[in-house]
Amino acid sequence: MIEFSFWDILRNLLLATRWTVLLSLVAFIGGGLAGMLLLFMRIGRRRALRLFARYYVELFQGTPLLMQLFLAFFGLGLFGINVPAWLAAGVALILWTAAFLVEIWRGCVEAINKGQWEASASLGMGHIQQMRYVVLPQALRIAIPPTVGFSVQVVKGTALTSIIGFVELSKAGTVVTNATFQPFTVYGLVALIYFALCWPLSKSSQILERKLNVAHRNH
Amino acid sequence: MSLIEITEVRKSFGSNEVLKGINLDVDPGEVIAIIGKSGSGKSTLLRCVNGLENIDSGSISVAGAQLQPDELHLKALRLKVGMIFQQFNLFPHLTAGGNVMLSQTVVKKVPKPQAEAMARKMLERVGLEHKFDAYPDELSGGQQQRVAIARALAMQPIALLCDEITSALDPELVSEVLAVVRGLAKEGMTLMMVTHEMKFARDVCSRVVFMHQGRVHEIGPPAEVFADPKTPELKQFLGML
Ligand SMILES: Nc1ncnc2c1ncn2[C@@H]1O[C@H](COP(=O)(O)OP(=O)(O)OP(=O)(O)O)[C@@H](O)[C@H]1O
Ligand SMILES: [Mg+2]
Repeated sequence: MIEFSFWDILRNLLLATRWTVLLSLVAFIGGGLAGMLLLFMRIGRRRALRLFARYYVELFQGTPLLMQLFLAFFGLGLFGINVPAWLAAGVALILWTAAFLVEIWRGCVEAINKGQWEASASLGMGHIQQMRYVVLPQALRIAIPPTVGFSVQVVKGTALTSIIGFVELSKAGTVVTNATFQPFTVYGLVALIYFALCWPLSKSSQILERKLNVAHRNH
Repeated sequence: MSLIEITEVRKSFGSNEVLKGINLDVDPGEVIAIIGKSGSGKSTLLRCVNGLENIDSGSISVAGAQLQPDELHLKALRLKVGMIFQQFNLFPHLTAGGNVMLSQTVVKKVPKPQAEAMARKMLERVGLEHKFDAYPDELSGGQQQRVAIARALAMQPIALLCDEITSALDPELVSEVLAVVRGLAKEGMTLMMVTHEMKFARDVCSRVVFMHQGRVHEIGPPAEVFADPKTPELKQFLGML
């Protein structure tokens, strides 16, 4: 049997961490874009699109991420489509992230005073112009702290993709444990790495929130 | 011909009929004060004229064009009729200058330098040319309201609707805003204003409309309405009973 030094373990885990980071970024950016699209549907004028966005959110928030991963991975397989783990993981996480971001952002849009809509309407702006120039700039500001805060959930959410065989940090932990029989060291390190990823995010969310609450609150 | 023609306008919120057949014609250059008890429908009437509320029946026309609830007609209407709100409703993420420029550039597609020149001119008109770069939360309530007036004027409306524009202000700030409105009236701007400033209404307005329970209960020149109210409701409102 090959002997694994502490540094071997750490090196292997860090290599896998790249995939966790990449998957998180893909999920967060893709989810952000999809979420923005859904947001426009959710608060737009068209009833059909509003309903679609609402049911989308309810569906994805009302089922475990794990089931969504299984469905993306095995479900499409039933139709003869061979989905690689990375694709299923990416797609499922993007859709899941979008469902939460759209609700966070909708709350921020609704926090904008009704008077802002009326004033901009009375100046002749159309719905899209009101959104683009008046409401979103204000809503996105207050959305920054909860959005950054939610990114922590995305990072932790990537751990579930190990179950469909995507080799990210958690999966690497299992693999390395099986090779070294040092579960405590390995999973301890895995936890520390997750913490190192998540803690700066949640901390900066807190700091941003405090910053936005003091001094010039509005610009 | 009247500039604003309000004919048999009715408006309900659910089963609560708030406007019960309003008739009112406003001539160009007229300054109309709308007075009445809380809940008598004053704000609703102004909001209908600006299309912020849809009317159930009757008609409103501004400068000959009928008010219709689709976005295109509404936009055309709102370019003719500006509105000033009790709560100012400035855009907090933009400077005073930015507030006055935004709708010019976005709605009228005015090039930026011209929009800025117009913004400076309008801020000067309300006595705030030196506050061009100040954000709303750096301004007093009276200054904010004057920026709101400049913002509406920059669209070059032919009439302005003012809904209790001094009611959210500290007493010492009321006069600076009223002075601006007085100036507008002198220059011939058509104004419809809901107000509790009776002295101002008496001095500046051409006609006073007393609204009661969703109807125009009494209407006439201020001298008549204030000095010689015909109905017991107006007498009571003016504190004469
Ligand atoms: N959006 C709305 N939904 C339901 N009811 C409304 C709405 N807006 C106004 N109302 C009702 O319509 C009636 C008239 O309201 P309006 O605001 O026009 O009165 P007002 O004369 O402006 O009163 P105030 O002096 O208090 O401003 C009130 O009974 C009010 O509760
Ligand atoms: Mg009112």
